[in-house]
Amino acid sequence: MLLGDEAIAQGALDAGVSGFYAYPGTPSTEIMEYVQHSKQAAEADIHRTWSANEKTAVETALGMSYAGKRTMTTMKHVGLNVAADPFINSGITGAHGGIIVTVADDPSMHSSQNEQDSRIYGKFAMIPIFEPSNQQEAYHMCFSAFELSEKYQTPVMLRITTRIAHSRSGVMLSTPLEQNKLSLPKDKRQFVLLPAIARRRYKGLLEKQPLLEEEAYNSPYNQYIDGRDRSMGIIASGIAFNYVMENFSDGECPFPVLKLSQYPVPRAFIERMVDECDSILIAEEGMPVIEEMLRGILDRDTSIKGRISGELPRDGELNPGLLRKAMGMEARESSPAPEVIVPRPPALCPGCSHIDTYNAVNEAIKDVYGDGHVFSDIGCYTLGALPPFEAINSCVDMGASITMAKGAANAGLYPSAAVIGDSTFTHSGMTGLLDAIIENTNMVVFILDNSTTAMTGGQNSHATGRIHKICEGLGVHPDHIRSIMPKRNTHDQFVQIIKEELKYEGLSVIIPQRECVQTQLRRAKLKKKGDDK
Amino acid sequence: MKLDIILAGVGGQGILSIATVLGYAAVESGLNLKQAEVHGMSQRGGDVQSHLRISDSTIYSDLVPMGEADIILSVEPMESLRYIPYLSTEGWLVTNTTPFKNIPNYPDLEELIAEVRKVPHHVAVDADGIARELDNSRGMNMVMAGAASLFMDMDFEKLKEGISYIFGRKGQKTVDMNIATLEAGRSFSEEHRSM
Repeated sequence: MLLGDEAIAQGALDAGVSGFYAYPGTPSTEIMEYVQHSKQAAEADIHRTWSANEKTAVETALGMSYAGKRTMTTMKHVGLNVAADPFINSGITGAHGGIIVTVADDPSMHSSQNEQDSRIYGKFAMIPIFEPSNQQEAYHMCFSAFELSEKYQTPVMLRITTRIAHSRSGVMLSTPLEQNKLSLPKDKRQFVLLPAIARRRYKGLLEKQPLLEEEAYNSPYNQYIDGRDRSMGIIASGIAFNYVMENFSDGECPFPVLKLSQYPVPRAFIERMVDECDSILIAEEGMPVIEEMLRGILDRDTSIKGRISGELPRDGELNPGLLRKAMGMEARESSPAPEVIVPRPPALCPGCSHIDTYNAVNEAIKDVYGDGHVFSDIGCYTLGALPPFEAINSCVDMGASITMAKGAANAGLYPSAAVIGDSTFTHSGMTGLLDAIIENTNMVVFILDNSTTAMTGGQNSHATGRIHKICEGLGVHPDHIRSIMPKRNTHDQFVQIIKEELKYEGLSVIIPQRECVQTQLRRAKLKKKGDDK
Repeated sequence: MKLDIILAGVGGQGILSIATVLGYAAVESGLNLKQAEVHGMSQRGGDVQSHLRISDSTIYSDLVPMGEADIILSVEPMESLRYIPYLSTEGWLVTNTTPFKNIPNYPDLEELIAEVRKVPHHVAVDADGIARELDNSRGMNMVMAGAASLFMDMDFEKLKEGISYIFGRKGQKTVDMNIATLEAGRSFSEEHRSM
């Protein structure tokens, strides 16, 4: 029984991977966590340490591919934005050792800021994409993707969504493959994207496209399943295939179905369906990527149905009920939830250091200068936006707290403050801080150091034990790097520090430092276990 | 055979330990299983649910379709009601009656229980109380698993084996205590089921 994420980790291990590179992000985190707990990975000494961010992860993976070994880099969908530069260019450099970029999208935004669809990135980079419909396919696809990657010297994307990532199912394992030996690319200029070389390589990438489409046409993961009722044909990609089939108790859909799990979209299948069926329903998890391709800009074909025409919702994840409706079947009987229930949003844990920090920040800033002065970032502390704190005014992307606070300070906002977590700081906050250091921008940056990547479940943080030195090394004035242990009994002292730094006309960094209560609890448990033995 | 269960609770209440026991029993019975979990932000004290699907034929969707759940198994009363749209007309709602109050506007408990009682097939059990009586204060989840087991077409012995599997590392005493807790939950359902 493996989670989809775990099936991918095990698949890559069995397919002869030599290194994983990743930064934690829901719903992708469990891939690396599985590898870190895997005996097989430890025995084979597979690289499995977290990276500082997704960009360093993809670049490091590219380096391992250069050296001839198989590698997998994993991230959540918005992580690919951070890694977009190496990712897109890796389409042009191509691969040497097989490289799989696993990206976990989060439609319905269970734990994310948006629901962007990574297939668009895959198409942008012109690389093949695999999109499993279940955990078993996810496992096998690691083998297929490495093979394809090495055959065509191209990175391959493995795109999953939340419900595959975080759903468990039985998975049959295959015979493991050996790792690749160290080897350099035959063409020593393959990875040198000087314009003259890049132009040549780009032509090569374009020439690969029909071959990759042919591979997708012949792929065992793509199937044209004929049906007797040709009033409608269904294109179902990835997990959406399951939501279609769920509605037919015998597993036999009366409509022709194109099960699509490997891209580029094979046109021959689409042509067949268009020729043979009166209308086409397109079921895809995420954005209407295939639907837009079929419609084109003129969009004159009214027989195409999907998220754009409204048979399926334009946003949010799919489910069997939505497909049922789109296929014109009667809804199953069900009662609405009673009105008495109220939402239960996530909240900071009791005893969390962020609670003390926000109490101090509110007293020193919001209560004195009013609401609207505090920029924040991605992490548990984003929950400071909700009652009872309502302490922060932004959450955009990793690192944006510092840079937005700087921009607002440049515009004349006083006070301007940023709140960023330790792991987010080393992920993407340091460069923004450097911008503020260069200009000695009048602002206060709070680096909330709980010594872990808490939101995703307590992974090691690159920042642990280094924040003070990093700030000093980058050039923050040592007198204005202040540390405090945020606790109930240090509240007044904390407020006082903030007030002092607000008075200083320049850049201040305040580091509230206290370990995450969750990791502290876990360590205590581990210690107890050790003591018991 | 098909058994669709929605497990409900609040992040941190440990509904996944119930899923592990039931999942173990299903796999040991030679059945297919899919289990969708909630990871990430909601685990911080928000509402969480897990979709557990057990069948002797192919399971396609990882999610239980609306109106198809055979059981809603909730460790918290308000959370049991949140998933009523998933419950089939013949399905059972089995819930703990001890509220988990981590929000300021938590509704009146009596009102919640009244709504539970409106569901034609329900069991409302003070699982925390039963677990305490058995000196197994952390056994609430196993009381609930036992209470719901009555409505599952699965061998009860396999559930006990599931308990041995997950608690085995902690010694036979812990295993026995949790099996007793599981049985107490089942007995409660036998005596107090709504029909």
